[in-house]
Amino acid sequence: MPLLEVTDLRTYFTTDAGVARAVDGVSLQLEAGETLGIVGESGCGKTVMALSILGLIPSPPGEIVAGSSIRFNGEELLEVKPARLREIRGNEISMIFQEPMTSLNPVLTVGHQIEEVLRLHRGLKRREARAAGVALLAEVGISEPDQRYDSYPHQMSGGMLQRIMIAIALSCEPRLLIADEPTTALDVTIQAQILDLLVSLQQKHGMALLLITHDLGVVAEVCDRVVVMYGGQVVETGTTEEILSHPKHPYTQGLLASLPGIGDRDVRLNPIPGTVPSAVDWPEGCRFRDRCSFAWERCAESEPDLLPVVAGASRSARCWLVHPDESSIDRAGKPT
Amino acid sequence: MVRRLLGAIPLVLGIATIIFFVVNLAPGDPALRFLNPNMTPEVLEQIRVNMGLDQPVHIRYVRWIGALARGDLGFSFTSNRPVLDIIKELLPNTLVLSATAIGVAFLLGILLGIVQAVRQYSLLDSVASIVGLFFYSMPSFWLALMMVLVFGLFAYQGQWFIQFPPSGMQSVDYAFLSPMAKVQDRLMHLALPATSLALVLAAGIARYTRSSMLEVIRQDFVRTARAKGLSEPVVIFKHALRNALIPVITLLGLYLPFLFSGTVFIESVFAWPGMGKLVVDSILERDYPVIMGGTLIFAMMVVVGNLVADVLYAVVDPRIRYD
Amino acid sequence: MTDAGFETSDLRVDPTGSGPNRSVGRGRGGVVLSAILPGVPQLLVGRWGVGGLGLIVWTALLAVLLTRWTRFAAGWGGPLDHQIASLTVVAGLLGVWGWSMFDVSRPAEVKRTGVGQWSLAAKAFEKNRIAVLGLIVVVCVYLIALVTPLVTPHDPATQASLVTARLVPPGGEFPLGTDHLARDVFSRIMYGARISLSIGFVAVGISVTIGTLLGAVSGYLGGWVDTVVMRFVDMVISFPRLVLLITIVALFDSNSIFMIMAVLGFTQWPGTTRIVRGEVLSLREREFIEAARALGFSRSRIILRHVIPNVLAPVIVASTLGIGNVIVLEAGLSFLGMGLQPPTPSWGSMVADGRDHLLAAWWISTFPGLAIVLTVVAFNLVGDGLRDAFDPRLRT
Repeated sequence: MPLLEVTDLRTYFTTDAGVARAVDGVSLQLEAGETLGIVGESGCGKTVMALSILGLIPSPPGEIVAGSSIRFNGEELLEVKPARLREIRGNEISMIFQEPMTSLNPVLTVGHQIEEVLRLHRGLKRREARAAGVALLAEVGISEPDQRYDSYPHQMSGGMLQRIMIAIALSCEPRLLIADEPTTALDVTIQAQILDLLVSLQQKHGMALLLITHDLGVVAEVCDRVVVMYGGQVVETGTTEEILSHPKHPYTQGLLASLPGIGDRDVRLNPIPGTVPSAVDWPEGCRFRDRCSFAWERCAESEPDLLPVVAGASRSARCWLVHPDESSIDRAGKPT
Repeated sequence: MVRRLLGAIPLVLGIATIIFFVVNLAPGDPALRFLNPNMTPEVLEQIRVNMGLDQPVHIRYVRWIGALARGDLGFSFTSNRPVLDIIKELLPNTLVLSATAIGVAFLLGILLGIVQAVRQYSLLDSVASIVGLFFYSMPSFWLALMMVLVFGLFAYQGQWFIQFPPSGMQSVDYAFLSPMAKVQDRLMHLALPATSLALVLAAGIARYTRSSMLEVIRQDFVRTARAKGLSEPVVIFKHALRNALIPVITLLGLYLPFLFSGTVFIESVFAWPGMGKLVVDSILERDYPVIMGGTLIFAMMVVVGNLVADVLYAVVDPRIRYD
Repeated sequence: MTDAGFETSDLRVDPTGSGPNRSVGRGRGGVVLSAILPGVPQLLVGRWGVGGLGLIVWTALLAVLLTRWTRFAAGWGGPLDHQIASLTVVAGLLGVWGWSMFDVSRPAEVKRTGVGQWSLAAKAFEKNRIAVLGLIVVVCVYLIALVTPLVTPHDPATQASLVTARLVPPGGEFPLGTDHLARDVFSRIMYGARISLSIGFVAVGISVTIGTLLGAVSGYLGGWVDTVVMRFVDMVISFPRLVLLITIVALFDSNSIFMIMAVLGFTQWPGTTRIVRGEVLSLREREFIEAARALGFSRSRIILRHVIPNVLAPVIVASTLGIGNVIVLEAGLSFLGMGLQPPTPSWGSMVADGRDHLLAAWWISTFPGLAIVLTVVAFNLVGDGLRDAFDPRLRT
């Protein structure tokens, strides 16, 4: 049984402009201890999907459509009582966010914000919680943890705050950690440190990691498997190696092509043309076709399913190119 | 903090100057109220000298400010008592009334604002917004009269379960009551005036808290608090509220002048022996020292209130520190 | 607000004169309909705000004209307020009529020329139903104030028989009862509207002028000018305003309406000054002001032509809310007996009149107070609506 099993998740938002289908039929699985990367541009529904798992979608305007399922450890999270969900949050599933500067409460000391979780989920007394909190700060690499414990967020740098967020998230030894672009808002030099910290802690505690990022470089370094999202849907899944070396979906290819490699400073980067369309009106047919250089009539006529790339394997892609009917068609110039 | 206190001194001095010149440059002769047909011009002149009105304005100003620095507010023209004594007697009454009112107003307003923000767009939110707008737009003296009419007079006429005394600070037989009954009597007398003052303020505070709270609950750290598994009351009251209160505290400073204006009406409607009533009466009597003293005390209370707001600001928001 | 977003020509746009332009109610049928019942064609296309306003104003004025024909006709030769009232009726009727027909016959494309800040705000305002309701009430109160001499059932100062008509409860000949001097409360409330509105209007006019100029100068020049002005503002704001007002009014024996207007106006400005200064401070750094400076325009020209037009939106909001504030203050002064002298009917003094007869005649205090609340609520609704309409963050 997978640790996390998301099936046909649909999270819609009611806006003035219409219904925004931010997450529109996402299915994915995550085994215990595994690292899964979720990749895609901004506006592809990655964050909304992560928030849906923890039940943090504000409603209204958000709503998880009936028929969706999120099973954690065999338990259906969309049906549990709110009290049970709160027991899971911060305890069995933790989350860290993109903006460390705004994700901590400015008027409470960081120690207090760590202590809060320890006292809530582990039932520690104030003194025990402080000791455990200071130890956590030390574990995430904060120097002088005893003094830092009583500091306020505005007295710390973004990198330190993200370490504190990690400490809070790890305080109850969760089985699953969701990290939503944990390094995007940080300086480049800090990014690597935070990523290393995350990975080492993950290995130490044996937890599963759901890493949301738009950076394929990060994925290459950290992840076992990758889910590529576009337009609120999964467009390609596979192991990191397969995805990076043989991307099947033109979107994944585009993401890879726009990545600067070391040494090829003379090579021009190839960004994907255009931008992610609005979640209120995804294009008919394939949602990527407006930006796809391979699109043909069939892409406009109907939306491809998530098709297995090789029968029986775990690889799949949502593209007519991998459909058996189309395999005979010669697509000259297709990069592999 | 000390710097702030020192900064308030020129402010008070400036206020005192404005008060002095507004009062003293007004036409009319306060000595004339002692005039009677048997009086010779010499006697009238003597009265003027006694009142210090024979001196030119700038001399009187210097004298007044000088006395002020020594804590001397002069003698009342009418009751011949030191102004300070009169104020000492009446100020506590006003403070009890306004402190109760502002306490009730902030408690009620903040609670209502939170509920409205948390249940945004609900029926309760819309109804509270509309009702709040009406109270916000209401002259406090009219609200006070309506309270007297309904809870004092109609309640008495109809022998309702609950009735409130329509005026005064205590009953006629106050001196003969037991200590418990005394407290109850004072509270009953306080109820209507304090509520009339508080409701108008609370409406404004609720509006402000609502919008401030709405802004805060959209922020990242509130999401973090929820992601930690904290219960909704903890998220709202511990994490969101303290942040939402930061702008609401400025209202304390802003509302004080408004509150003291309100006491002028409320004390007059409820015959509450306080500073507001004193100032109105002394204006009608042209009792210059009392007008100046009373107004100055009001203005100083506003200045002090603003300092208190500054301190509270620093208490609630760790990002602000006064050295 | 952007530098390009401000178009002076858009200032003339009626804040309610926009909305979805559909073909229903247009063309010849619309013109005929608007000739019979102005406002209805606009209502039919869903522009219930402007349409309702037009229809209400038109029918109300028509009713006045028909039921008070003799007074209307006599009005032309009567005292000034009678003349104004009759003129209002004629101008109002013709105005609504003409507007409705012109509005219907205009082709849709001509209507929305600019997409400047003002027309966007007007559109946002019209969507806000509760604010439009407030505007309708405000317009109605103004109309009542203007045509009062034509419609009041009784003269506000004339006393009926003190024996039979004193403290008469509401109903019958006196819709809202009579006071202790046997005067009709209803008529007095209608006359009171004139006092409240004109004082509110003029006082806010004075304060907005002073406040905007001082705020703009202070914010733009900065330095010691700014320090001095803002210290002064702090001082004035620290005063319990009412105490200052009653001191001035009582000591200067200034009970004329002009004096009250002036006193209220000259103590109202600090709030506006603060708002304008804040706006100007952020504006000063913007490119178009830099550009104007680079072009060598004089300071006064930059302040008057470039800075002030761009702070108009918050100033308009502040003044709308300020009118409500001033109306309450004026009522307070009158309540304390320091406003206009009797027998001038002012809402505040009417409430005070009823104080001594609260139990015997609750209506004397209650109804004028309700009039104050209703008027102030309406101004606050319009002010809130304008603020929301001007705030680009809330505009989608």
